[in-house]
Amino acid sequence: MIRTPLRPLARILRARERGENPDDIEAENRRRRHEEIEARAHRRAEGRLVLMAGLFAMAFATVGVRMGALAASEPAEPGAQVLSAQIMSQRADITDRRGRVLATNLLTHSVYAHPHQMVDPVGAARGLKRIFPDLDEERLIRDFTGDRRFMWIKRKISPEQMQAVHDLGEPGLLFGPREMRVYPNGDVAAHILGGSGFGNEGVNSAEVIGIAGVEKAFDAWLRDPANEGAPLALSIDLTVQQAMEDVLATGMRVMNAVGATGILMEVRTGEIIAMASLPDFDPNDRPRPLLTGEPSDSPLFNRAVQGQYELGSTFKIFPVAQALDLGLVNPSTGISAAAPMRIGRFLINDFHNYGRELSVTDVIVKSSNVATVRIAQMIGVERQRDFLRKLGLFEPTSVEMVEAPTGQPLVPQRWPAVTAATVSFGHGLAASPLHLAAAYGTIANGGKRVTPTLIHGRQRPEGEQILSPRAAAMAVDMLRQVVTRGTARGAEVPGYEVAGKTGTADKPRATGGYYKNKVIATFAAVFPASDPKYVLIVALDEPSTRNANGIETRTAGTTAVPVAAEVIRRIGPLLGLEPKTDEKLPTIAPRFAPRVEPGEEAGVRLVANQ
Amino acid sequence: MTEMVFGTTPARAADPILPRWWRTLDKWTLACVFGLFATGILLGLAASVPLAERNNLPRFFYVQRQAMFGGLALVVMLVISMLSPRQIRRIGVLGFLASFVLIVALPFVGTDFGKGATRWLSLGFVSVQPSEFLKPGFVALCAWFMAASQQVGGPAGRLYSFCVAAVVVVLLALQPDFGQAALVLFSWLVMYFVAGAPMVLLLGVAGLALMGGIFAYGSSEHFARRIDGFLSSEIDPRTQIGYATNAIQEGGFFGVGVGEGSVKWSLPDAHTDFIIAVAAEEYGFVLVLVIIALYCTIVTRSLLRLLRERDAFARLAGTGLACAFGVQALINMGVAVRLLPAKGMTLPFVSYGGSSVIASGIAMGMLLALTRTRPQGELAAILRRGR
Repeated sequence: MIRTPLRPLARILRARERGENPDDIEAENRRRRHEEIEARAHRRAEGRLVLMAGLFAMAFATVGVRMGALAASEPAEPGAQVLSAQIMSQRADITDRRGRVLATNLLTHSVYAHPHQMVDPVGAARGLKRIFPDLDEERLIRDFTGDRRFMWIKRKISPEQMQAVHDLGEPGLLFGPREMRVYPNGDVAAHILGGSGFGNEGVNSAEVIGIAGVEKAFDAWLRDPANEGAPLALSIDLTVQQAMEDVLATGMRVMNAVGATGILMEVRTGEIIAMASLPDFDPNDRPRPLLTGEPSDSPLFNRAVQGQYELGSTFKIFPVAQALDLGLVNPSTGISAAAPMRIGRFLINDFHNYGRELSVTDVIVKSSNVATVRIAQMIGVERQRDFLRKLGLFEPTSVEMVEAPTGQPLVPQRWPAVTAATVSFGHGLAASPLHLAAAYGTIANGGKRVTPTLIHGRQRPEGEQILSPRAAAMAVDMLRQVVTRGTARGAEVPGYEVAGKTGTADKPRATGGYYKNKVIATFAAVFPASDPKYVLIVALDEPSTRNANGIETRTAGTTAVPVAAEVIRRIGPLLGLEPKTDEKLPTIAPRFAPRVEPGEEAGVRLVANQ
Repeated sequence: MTEMVFGTTPARAADPILPRWWRTLDKWTLACVFGLFATGILLGLAASVPLAERNNLPRFFYVQRQAMFGGLALVVMLVISMLSPRQIRRIGVLGFLASFVLIVALPFVGTDFGKGATRWLSLGFVSVQPSEFLKPGFVALCAWFMAASQQVGGPAGRLYSFCVAAVVVVLLALQPDFGQAALVLFSWLVMYFVAGAPMVLLLGVAGLALMGGIFAYGSSEHFARRIDGFLSSEIDPRTQIGYATNAIQEGGFFGVGVGEGSVKWSLPDAHTDFIIAVAAEEYGFVLVLVIIALYCTIVTRSLLRLLRERDAFARLAGTGLACAFGVQALINMGVAVRLLPAKGMTLPFVSYGGSSVIASGIAMGMLLALTRTRPQGELAAILRRGR
């Protein structure tokens, strides 16, 4: 656009010559320019006004359509007609697989005040302060003498406290019944249960709602009166869970670890019999979530489900099993283990140098990174990735806890050769221990995919066959040899035929790179090897111990393995698993009727433990 | 030019005010306003009875009161609609100054009626909410500033109007009254948009907001859960929204029948914020559709009439008023059908409330005055286009 100057010199000069007022020229130009601006503004505004009118019409149409959709739908619940809506109480119990109570309700009372009905507000405040020392007397007096008409004093009180408040004889202090959720086993299975809190509160009752774990995942079911109080039976076995937590807590202390987690899963059904994460908490008094720092520092963090760990050498069995399945190798095929191995500009090394060649079995038994990478290279990136995906290592587990989706594995976006190589020995792909349990379960289950669950006795469709039974059996046999002559010799528990694989993975720094002196030590076990029934995962976070020579060691073989062995020793009998021995044991006639759990009496067998 | 008309009498110097007013007025919009007001009274007959019973007053006490205030509001609206844009600007700016002073003085002289926010000024028989009256004045003032900034060598009007908007929004947010603050901010944005906000800026801000939203959804689980909860169809039937939803569903297409509804007994705000739920329950989707059509007609008609307007002030002020009116109605109804999170906002002309209906009358009167047909120099524009 060419802009005419307001005072074009040529015209001005001419006007002056003619004796006219040059200001008229300026005024004329000013008017023109103003008209132009106005016309431009008008044109622009036209378009925008049409746009806005259109948007408004659309917005009103949306409201209309939505209103129509609502009007066409049926009322959800006839709750609108009830003047004082009933708050649902009687939340269903949660039990373990044998019907032992894990969560139930207890009737307590709440105390609240109607200050306008009070006879002696100051006396009442003083009395309450005596009964509940944590109350603020000044504040109570202020509230009681002000113009508030209602206030809560305490949400939950014990019968003794209730009697004491009653004895104050103050008509303005009133009680309301209040159901509260109780976890009689304290911190056992805390992460699984989660916890509960109060939702809608009324004077006569309060709604108990789940806030984490199973309590939240099944909140609607637990509150649904249609179930007629039927308890929710979890797949957990309380005694096994307790034993597992005991051993893990001791193991964590002995191995100087900051955290520990253990999962015991039934192979055939995928039912989780015990799942623990330490440190834990008491769901009766759930701590507040951390607002700053790492969520994993909070005891609320469930390492088994939410943890995202690079699980190290435990992954090696996956490429090996796949190679066996594809017929690329057999257990005695020789694989070159010449270290170090170069991929692009990266060097891959082994813990020891294992010489020129290892048999496939020895690759697993001795845990050679280099040889595993060679096997993975034989498989190829695409097939390797497909297999890991089928094992469920790329998606969050479908276990019935609200925390499950947060356990999304960290899978690399692209798979260049070096990533494929590191993933084959368990670095560069971070998954939760529960993922590992499911994947080992699949191998132990003759190659049929196992999906972990917390619900007991539900019929579920059979898993997809992703590995031939023959390859799976060979893989389990190799895992057994890891325990008999390999890196996990400490895991041998006589009679239980433990098979498994160790994994020691450096912890990644938040800032990138890896710590030199912090590891996650994992032992993934399957037992009994001849007919796999259970998968056990034990992982220790930052363990460190000293071996017989007083040298500091962090490898899984010296930390996670002994803990896992102790777990198996403790829970084997609890599971009713008969140890296989060569000796013929004498039969012992019971001299007294053993006290056993109801429902188990018919099937009880006494087994002498050595 | 001057010589040509000097001494001649203008042909229609004394064009009578009323006929000209009637000829130039947007009669459809006026009819819609009367329709809304009639609907309000009709619904008040049902919705305000429980309140009257609770307060031990005659059953139709609030209906009579509303009819009185509404009548007053309609008269005010008609009188204001006879003014010229210049007069609108003057009373608008004066009104803004007066209500601004009142708002600043509120913390010292206002009452909160025990609701926790000091928004009302008690005048004995009636309580006034100055922020309701501030809006039309605010729109007029900002439109004046923005129109002035389009003059050659005019002041930096957009900046001034932005400062005024910021001060008003902060004042309202301090009360706290986020609903009114959002409305004020929205009407300023709309005027700025029509006054020619740079497209790049608009697209940039929209893009940033969208990306921020997606990022927040992806990275913060808490945020995602809130959005999911808002989007999900699950609803707790014991909340206000739950009752409203239920009422709409109970009503279906033709309603449960006049006076048969139950939602007005359970909702404390049935006669104000949730009156649309009462309408839906007793008269069904049909009446709701009529109400929506009335609002939509008023807003779109006014905006389209403003297309022709060549006076920047009239265009901007009209846009601001029409949009504020439309958005207030949209938010109220959007909350009831859960398209928007809960926010207390009255339905203009339909909800009960003396101060609200009179303020709506003033705003609507101003809008009617600004959308009257005026000579726009269309011929000159056509001629100039040929140049």
